[in-house]
Amino acid sequence: MKVLRSLLLACPLLFATAVHAEKITIAAASDLKFAMDEIVTKFKKEHPGNEVEVAYGSSGNFNTQIQQGAPFDLFFSADIAFPQNLVKEGLAASEVKPYAIGRIVLWSATLDASKMTLKNLTDPKITRVAIANPKHAPYGKRAEEALRASGLWQKVEPKLVFGETIVQAAQFVQTGNAQVGIIALSLVSNPELSSKGGYWLIPENLHEPLEQGFVITKRAEGNALAKTFADYMGSKPVRAVMTKYGFALPGEVKGNLKSKKP
Amino acid sequence: MLLADNDLQAIGLTIRLASIVTLILLVLGTPIAWWLARTQSRWKGPLGAVVALPLVLPPSVLGFYLLLAMGPDGLIGRITQSLGMGLLPFTFWGLVVASVLYSMPFMVQPLQTAFEAIGDRPLEVAATLRASPLDAFFTVAVPLSLPGFLTACILTFAHTVGEFGVVLMIGGNLPGATRVASVQIYDHVEALEYAQAHRLAAAMLIFSFVVLLGLYLWRPKAKKG
Repeated sequence: MKVLRSLLLACPLLFATAVHAEKITIAAASDLKFAMDEIVTKFKKEHPGNEVEVAYGSSGNFNTQIQQGAPFDLFFSADIAFPQNLVKEGLAASEVKPYAIGRIVLWSATLDASKMTLKNLTDPKITRVAIANPKHAPYGKRAEEALRASGLWQKVEPKLVFGETIVQAAQFVQTGNAQVGIIALSLVSNPELSSKGGYWLIPENLHEPLEQGFVITKRAEGNALAKTFADYMGSKPVRAVMTKYGFALPGEVKGNLKSKKP
Repeated sequence: MLLADNDLQAIGLTIRLASIVTLILLVLGTPIAWWLARTQSRWKGPLGAVVALPLVLPPSVLGFYLLLAMGPDGLIGRITQSLGMGLLPFTFWGLVVASVLYSMPFMVQPLQTAFEAIGDRPLEVAATLRASPLDAFFTVAVPLSLPGFLTACILTFAHTVGEFGVVLMIGGNLPGATRVASVQIYDHVEALEYAQAHRLAAAMLIFSFVVLLGLYLWRPKAKKG
């Protein structure tokens, strides 16, 4: 009898937590993989009892899916143009907030890329250079701009292979099928990649800034957790994580990004 | 023109890939199917299972292992490098190798069924007429299983045309070399070029339907005849 009564008493409590626990699903560009995983872990610790799920993929793909009503509450794009479009189409519940500036690096799993520059890509020993597909991947677009700005596009173009995302371009290099790749700085901080070779930071004056932005989607209008997470992105610990993974932060002097030896 | 030049190039490449793969599998798959159909060996089960693997494996599994195997440290990669062929990923022949593995069951299984349907009797008769096994195969088995050959070739061709996952993972999306029609459609969709994606996708849809319709209309007749 006692047990039953305490169970009955506990019922409203259970309900209370169930009401407060909320859930958000985030669509994030694949270059965010490592940084976002860490941010979400931190966020969950500070807001226990809530559910935060993240799907990683190509920004263009997410953009299309959200237009078609995919159940994402926040969209972290690798290109600020996609969320801006969503706002224009009335599919967003917030302004676009810039959260990072992406940088590109020359990376190799077999050579010491920290001693290379883009010019080395013309070396006949290098037969394959992996970049993300410039047609729709923002990092690929910046890679193409950097090659064109250096006057190397014509020589390097025949060696290029295209990954569908920046992560696939990195895979081509990691498996040794391409000797060199131009990939996101945020990816080479992953031990899986950084243990294999150094990288060379491509000067940012060679390409347009890769401004990345996020929005809360229409579906999450009134979702308090989505709002909390969006605010959390501007916090100090998050900024520290973003910097750690090689992102420059909007409105901050770009500081200590350097090329790295293996 | 309904389709752009790069779409036509992708279609041409796809047809070339599917034709070559079908020819290779015809040569490679026929003895395998023959052996599977006639053997009593205890290896029949394991080999049959290996051949059927691509039916159940996700293309990402095959693509991932092929990327490793055909890389500089992989077994296939070492062989192709020592033969002076370089590495296979990002090349047309890399796609051919991948597609041969991927489409294998579509050639072997219909052939095996056709060979099994012949039974022992016609071959025994051929043997009593002093036909060598090879002779019996070409003069008795092949004519009797022609519908099986046709089905196998059409399915292999169509399945190779429809391939997407593997070519996306090892192809590198190179126009004229590895950008087949399915990848080209994906490319259009990702670049938000829906009109182009629509046209090419519709072409694929019609092609696939016509092929399958042809097979289904023709199969019952073949059985009656």
